Amino acid sequence: MEEKFINLTLKVWRQKLGEKKGKIETYQAKNISTDASFLEMLDIVNDDLTIKGIEPIAFDHDCREGICGMCGQVVNGYAHGEEKGTTLCQLHMRRFKDGDTVFVEPFRAKAFKVVKDLVVDRSAFDKIIQAGGYITAKAGGAPDANNLPVTYETCELAMNGAECIGCGACVAACPNASAMLFVGAKISHLALLPQGRPEAAKRALAMVRTMDSCGFGNCSNERECEASCPKNIEITNIARLNREFLSAGVCSTAM
Amino acid sequence: MNWLVRTFSCSVAKKQFMAVTGLAFCLFLTSHLIGNLFVYGGKDAFNAYVEHLHALGVLIHIAEAGLIVFALIHIGTALILYFQNLAARPVRYKKKSNAGGRTLASATMPYTGLFILVFIVVHLVSMKFADHSTLSTFDVTAGVFAKPAYLAFYIVSMVVVAFHVNHGFWSAFQSFGASHPKYMPIVRGFGILFSLIVGAGFGLIPIAFNMIS
Ligand code: HEM
Ligand code: SF4
Ligand code: FES
Repeated sequence: MEEKFINLTLKVWRQKLGEKKGKIETYQAKNISTDASFLEMLDIVNDDLTIKGIEPIAFDHDCREGICGMCGQVVNGYAHGEEKGTTLCQLHMRRFKDGDTVFVEPFRAKAFKVVKDLVVDRSAFDKIIQAGGYITAKAGGAPDANNLPVTYETCELAMNGAECIGCGACVAACPNASAMLFVGAKISHLALLPQGRPEAAKRALAMVRTMDSCGFGNCSNERECEASCPKNIEITNIARLNREFLSAGVCSTAM
Repeated sequence: MNWLVRTFSCSVAKKQFMAVTGLAFCLFLTSHLIGNLFVYGGKDAFNAYVEHLHALGVLIHIAEAGLIVFALIHIGTALILYFQNLAARPVRYKKKSNAGGRTLASATMPYTGLFILVFIVVHLVSMKFADHSTLSTFDVTAGVFAKPAYLAFYIVSMVVVAFHVNHGFWSAFQSFGASHPKYMPIVRGFGILFSLIVGAGFGLIPIAFNMIS
């Protein structure tokens, strides 16, 4: 696609470090290449703000190639922007039209406190992982490759769950700020494989309880998470989580 | 016993309580609709059906008690979920768009649910607890439907129920984790069909009463 240059009006959430309240500020993004990514556009705007003596907009990012899960903002009401299956760092300005007004807000949830501007604290996800998102394996030599039979289909399903980068867009997009897609993906990629089975029941109960205690909402099967996930994680993972929880709660010896 | 409380109070368990009770209501709707279809046989057929139903005696009381308990669980849990979900996002978005997952039915579950609750109260007061000493059930019912305001309220209510069930049916299966690549499309399709049957089936009953009496 041919490179063009566009001008945008940004409505950006600004919130000072340590303050509980913030507000929307309006900035002009001038002469933005359609080949720039959304984050590069913010870099250009920040350059301009710095020259004008205005505090640059704080936002999270790291890899800028869609694999680390650090970036994430709600752009025009869509987590990671409107384009499907794309992280914000991989969203390009060719998706916008000259003269567009673009709302840029942080992920909103009680469990994700705003640190500053567009930066939110997603350590609640770490707490959920610490509660059970791992397997206990004895260290030592690698086991024989075909010792544990896993079918190709199962392997693919587990890999689909493992694709979750923990960005939090599912929470941001959910009308109830529920973390079920994240937890579903994290439970699924372990529960599907033989290595994950021994601790499956304990894991399901512990992760769901921790998710609740962090203040995330309840799933209403609205499917906004699935429609917003940059890794296209499906709600079949939430169904698997529900199944795992039910059998752990009713049948297992895990308390 | 601590495990019981801890497990049952979880978000996932609450949804599964919504699902069992909701699906039980779907069964109730089915039996209630089949019974109401006797109106198409005329006044005597309908009254005979009512007689047979009441002749079941204690079975009917057990079913009623079950429905009341399930209603308390469904409504109570709905309230908890609603307020917890509100609290989970204290600061709202200035601009929020629909990414394509939500439907009108799914977005309005608490409101359609509340509407149904109001309907159930009106329904019970105007029919079940109305004075049956001099009139047959058919006449009591026909009397209610003869009033245009009631007629309109009933028909609107049935459309509202159809919306609630449209999302609720497949959602209940999802909440149990009963999701399978072969069967989920059938469950979704059946949910839509069921909601249409409920909406149209119950919606036409008041009109049938008016035409027959
Ligand atoms: C004819 C009566 C009713 C039927 C057949 C019915 C059926 C259902 C079903 C099947 C679900 C889905 C459960 C799930 O997703 O796991 C549901 C959800 C729900 N129901 Fe009902 N329901 C009825 C009455 C009510 C009433 C009277 C209320 C409230 C006053 C209510 C409020 C709700 C709410 C808020 C949900 C969504 C819960 C959530 O997903 O967070 N319902 N209903
Ligand atoms: S499920 Fe998708 S949206 Fe949610 S944290 Fe994982 S990658 Fe992000
Ligand atoms: S910056 Fe790593 S996924 Fe966007």
